[in-house]
Amino acid sequence: MIEGILIGLTTALTFQNILMVMVGCFFGTIIGMLPGLGPMTAIALMIPITYGFDPATGLILMAGVYYGAVFGGSTSSILLNAPGVPGTVATSFDGYPMAQQGKAGKALAIAAWSSFAGGTLSAIYLLFMAPSLSKVSLSFRSPDYFALMILGLTAIAAFSSKGQFLKAMMMVVLGLMLASVGQDSLSDITRFTFDNMNLTDGISFVLVVMATFAMSEALTIILKRNDPTSAAKQVSLTELGSIKINKEERTKMYKTIPRSSVIGFLIGVLPGAGATIASFLAYGMERNVVSDKEKEKFGKGSVNGLSAPETANNAACSGSFVPMLTLGIPGSGTTAVMLGALLGFGVQPGPRLYMTNPEIFWSIIMSMYIGMVILLILNLPLIPYIARILAVPKNYLIPLILFFSVTGIYVMSFNNFDIYLMIGIAVVATFLRLYDFPMPPLILAFVLGGLMEENLRRSLLLSNGSWEFLWDRTLTACILTTTILIVFWHIYKTFKKKN
Amino acid sequence: MNINTTKIISLLFFIFSAFYLYTAYQIQVFAFDENAPFNARTFPIYLGYAGLFFSGLKLILPDPNTIKVEHKNLEYKKTGILILIAIIYGATILKVGYFLTTSLFLFASYYFLGERRWILMFLLSFPFVAAFMYLLHGILDIYLRDPFLQSIGVMG
Repeated sequence: MIEGILIGLTTALTFQNILMVMVGCFFGTIIGMLPGLGPMTAIALMIPITYGFDPATGLILMAGVYYGAVFGGSTSSILLNAPGVPGTVATSFDGYPMAQQGKAGKALAIAAWSSFAGGTLSAIYLLFMAPSLSKVSLSFRSPDYFALMILGLTAIAAFSSKGQFLKAMMMVVLGLMLASVGQDSLSDITRFTFDNMNLTDGISFVLVVMATFAMSEALTIILKRNDPTSAAKQVSLTELGSIKINKEERTKMYKTIPRSSVIGFLIGVLPGAGATIASFLAYGMERNVVSDKEKEKFGKGSVNGLSAPETANNAACSGSFVPMLTLGIPGSGTTAVMLGALLGFGVQPGPRLYMTNPEIFWSIIMSMYIGMVILLILNLPLIPYIARILAVPKNYLIPLILFFSVTGIYVMSFNNFDIYLMIGIAVVATFLRLYDFPMPPLILAFVLGGLMEENLRRSLLLSNGSWEFLWDRTLTACILTTTILIVFWHIYKTFKKKN
Repeated sequence: MNINTTKIISLLFFIFSAFYLYTAYQIQVFAFDENAPFNARTFPIYLGYAGLFFSGLKLILPDPNTIKVEHKNLEYKKTGILILIAIIYGATILKVGYFLTTSLFLFASYYFLGERRWILMFLLSFPFVAAFMYLLHGILDIYLRDPFLQSIGVMG
């Protein structure tokens, strides 16, 4: 492991890679703080730029964007009560009341320190957990992978859909259907191309991400511009107050941060869970463990109430890298985007990444430490200035997002058809978003579609067409049982809610 | 009659899945693959049935979380114009070139979204695109096709 850490440090500490972490953190923070634009949009917009780099540098840039965006999301949560990302919704519960009391600077500083601590602690957990999980995952066979993908897709549908499990499952199927367009990987037979040559190679991953996130988010913002329900009250962006944290507040944070980082990391590791659930769980847990006097302050500007979700959401970001790096199966929509980008670089994440591309594996982990330090150095003194970015008019922001989306596709294919297809998918996605059809399950399914078919093919061929492979191996059966439990738990919850 | 749009979307998805399934059955596979445990049409067929299953369930089961969208509050006109500009942008980018079409796209989008600060609009379109082109083409070495700039001799 020491050797790996050194390899990672050597790669991550090159001038170019440090610069990439800085650029990533900076742009991630800016994009993440703009309400409506999350880490997925931020990473999607960065994909065309990463084409010019080697895989390690490209991934370091995207990782920087990821935790920058999660931190940036907390700024708009605190100042506008309009979370930039779902993972920072819980931050607004106590961050916004604190800002209303004239302590916006302090709230932002608590968020920055908690994010830093959460991210750093979870990077340490990742350091110890990822290599051992990589070794364990080498014993995985095709049926286990197939079952694991079913579990990942079911879990993301269950967790990302706010009680709309069936809608999320429809999006999963749609994502898999989109992934099936083009040549079959084994026989080269074309499917669903309708004799259109442009579809022979399938639909590009970047196109789908740009359409369903960047472009459709931009269209949704314009569409809902005058919707009174989406408007938010604004705290003065010029009077943020002091950013100093006193001793009493620090003592509270020292207790909150370790427990919230553990819960955040563990939730992040679970497929489909991620920062949103981690932050809510950490907030709920913190409320249960503090004294009755402190409990009273929750929702009114509690330091514990702000520190817990901020620590947990950053810890969950690092946690979500575990299944992606070790199993090749992304745990969240954001890591699905990163997985797609890695596949585009010709790198196959999974248990063998640890051995075949140690520089990528370790440099990502080491860049997390560096990223967290940079995020703190960059954001703490810049808080008053960064906050002003929230005043960027949408009239400029939206066309720029559309421009980045179209450019991303243009530099990739030099093809009008792809641009039309992207606009078409974006329009459909915007309409679906209006009716609460979640997009992360679609992206995860699209990324996993090819791998899923491949593993199902191998499993069925090895078992001579029999579906017994689903319960032949204990591991496969355990994973599928977990999937079934998730489905039944959701059905139970729906019935309970109805009654 | 109050029509639930989520149900209509589910119905459309059901029809789409049926069409997908029909097309999946039409996929031509090699003769020796016809009776294999897995061929090019196996996975799409499962997907078609899965689509029918989930959208069918959504259609049949009652919807406790009905989403009500206030259409009168939505900016359909501006969104439509923006989509139209994007389509024109997509149609002209290859023939005219990246610089001119992108700059005009940005300028027109700012205008239709209600912006009237002409200098800022200009700065955030033509010089901005030039700087971005320099970053992609000049620094990152990503090829950008531009017949317009080539015709006036700015780009090689």
